[in-house]
Amino acid sequence: MPISNSDTGKLLEVKGVTLQYKTNEHLVTATHKVDFDVYRGDRFILLGPSGCGKSTLLKAVAGFMKPVEGSILLNAHPVERPGPDRMMVFQEFDQLLPWKTVLQNVTFPMTATGSHSQRVANEKARHYIEKVNLSKFADAYPHMLSGGMKQRVALARAMAMEPDILLMDEPFAALDALTRRKMQDELLRLWDDIRFTVLFVTHSIEEAVIVGSRILVLSPHPGRVKAELNAGAFGHAEQGGEDFMKLNNRIHKMLFAEAIAEGTVA
Amino acid sequence: MSTLAETKIAPIERPEYEREVVEHSGSGEVERRLSAWERISNIDALRRLFILLILAIVWELYARWLNNPLMFPTFSATMSALVDSVVRGELLSRILTSIKILLMGYGAGVGIAAVLTTIAVSTRIGTDLLSTLTAMFNPLPAIALLPLALLWFGLGIPSLVFVIVHSVLWAVALNTYTGFLGVSETQRMAGQNYGLRGLRYVLFILIPAAFPSILAGLKIAWAFAWRTLIAAELVFGVSSGSGGLGWFIFENRNLLETANVFAGLTAVIVIGLLVESVVFRFVEERTVRKWGMQR
Repeated sequence: MPISNSDTGKLLEVKGVTLQYKTNEHLVTATHKVDFDVYRGDRFILLGPSGCGKSTLLKAVAGFMKPVEGSILLNAHPVERPGPDRMMVFQEFDQLLPWKTVLQNVTFPMTATGSHSQRVANEKARHYIEKVNLSKFADAYPHMLSGGMKQRVALARAMAMEPDILLMDEPFAALDALTRRKMQDELLRLWDDIRFTVLFVTHSIEEAVIVGSRILVLSPHPGRVKAELNAGAFGHAEQGGEDFMKLNNRIHKMLFAEAIAEGTVA
Repeated sequence: MSTLAETKIAPIERPEYEREVVEHSGSGEVERRLSAWERISNIDALRRLFILLILAIVWELYARWLNNPLMFPTFSATMSALVDSVVRGELLSRILTSIKILLMGYGAGVGIAAVLTTIAVSTRIGTDLLSTLTAMFNPLPAIALLPLALLWFGLGIPSLVFVIVHSVLWAVALNTYTGFLGVSETQRMAGQNYGLRGLRYVLFILIPAAFPSILAGLKIAWAFAWRTLIAAELVFGVSSGSGGLGWFIFENRNLLETANVFAGLTAVIVIGLLVESVVFRFVEERTVRKWGMQR
């Protein structure tokens, strides 16, 4: 939801959250007593190596799984189940419904939840499709689009719902490097324009520093909070600059030190 | 590979360069219309028609050489018998009778399959029920149930509908269920993310996402149902009033009207082809092909 500068309260509170899931043979603890708060307008990054439970954490915020310990509050209400107030953008390209056109994919969540009439939904959808520069493809089916375009549709679909918080699970990880860079810029431009709140999962330090305004660094097996850092000052323009590299190296050391420690144990 | 390592070949150093990208216009053709022959041979229907034509010619030649119309009538004799039966109105009404019964059985079978699959996706005991029943009954030829059907429902339409339901139900239920299982986790989560639950989730997410499988099931079931019906009608007496297409074939064999028997068989094949290549093709073009879920 568009927000003004005066309106900057705590939006999402994650308190002492421990997450576990079962595979056929094991009970895996994905995160252990993780705390963090997301404020309105944050571009909040969950960063960590694979196995730090960052995606699981995002799924818990989305309501797909319940914490075994701790609580997740959105606007001071506990998260119970998946819902359109936390629209999700997935990494996989098949998140779009192949039987719907781009426009229908964007309008469907609005009409399916009954939050908008078909007419309003169409208007909103066209507006956001315009924002991600896909107006020409409004009537195309997903299988006709490239990977980057599909992710842009998914972004438009999520933003058109004007959710309280946008959840992005490594949304650009499956894209080629050039397209990824373009998408990061586009996301930042959209944020500048609309000022939404986003919780963004990535394993790339560089992406975290460029996209994020605040970075939560997680350590693996199980995921625990290692640091929370400010990164609001960096975009692609600052890439390679002194401060940018400093932050990059700092995070790199945090994650890398862990890997060395683990290596010596094993 | 080994020679590279042994002799330590290194790439030769070359100067760098940058250049203006050459204008593209006028360099070679960008788009060319295919030749008439290429375009014609790209039409599936035409190629298939050509195969049919060859088969018809082979049939005609063989039958003439055999010269035994009682055993093997010629293609032309069969066609004239077919036209004759259609014009006299007998064959058409037989076909209508068959198709009416078929649609009743098919509709009922698909309906029961829908209920069974819904139970199977929503409860674990339902899953067990479906997989056990399918494993038991899917291999059982529908026609083997005909004696039982006759005992329970007597000579008539209900018996025919019963065996058709049996032939349709398991194929559709099994395919639909497999299709549901194959729906990707991402699409499931996307659907739940919209707040869809229960029946709306099944209708708006699972069914369209599993549609290629469901359609395959419907196609298989159609073929099963059609062959079961014709076979059942062959066994059946005339007591169901006006018999169907199978009965037409049986009758004419008894009268030694072999050309009519062939005409009846041709009608069975043609209807099968029509449903496959017109009805199901039409549905496919407008759904799974348009959506890029099937080539």
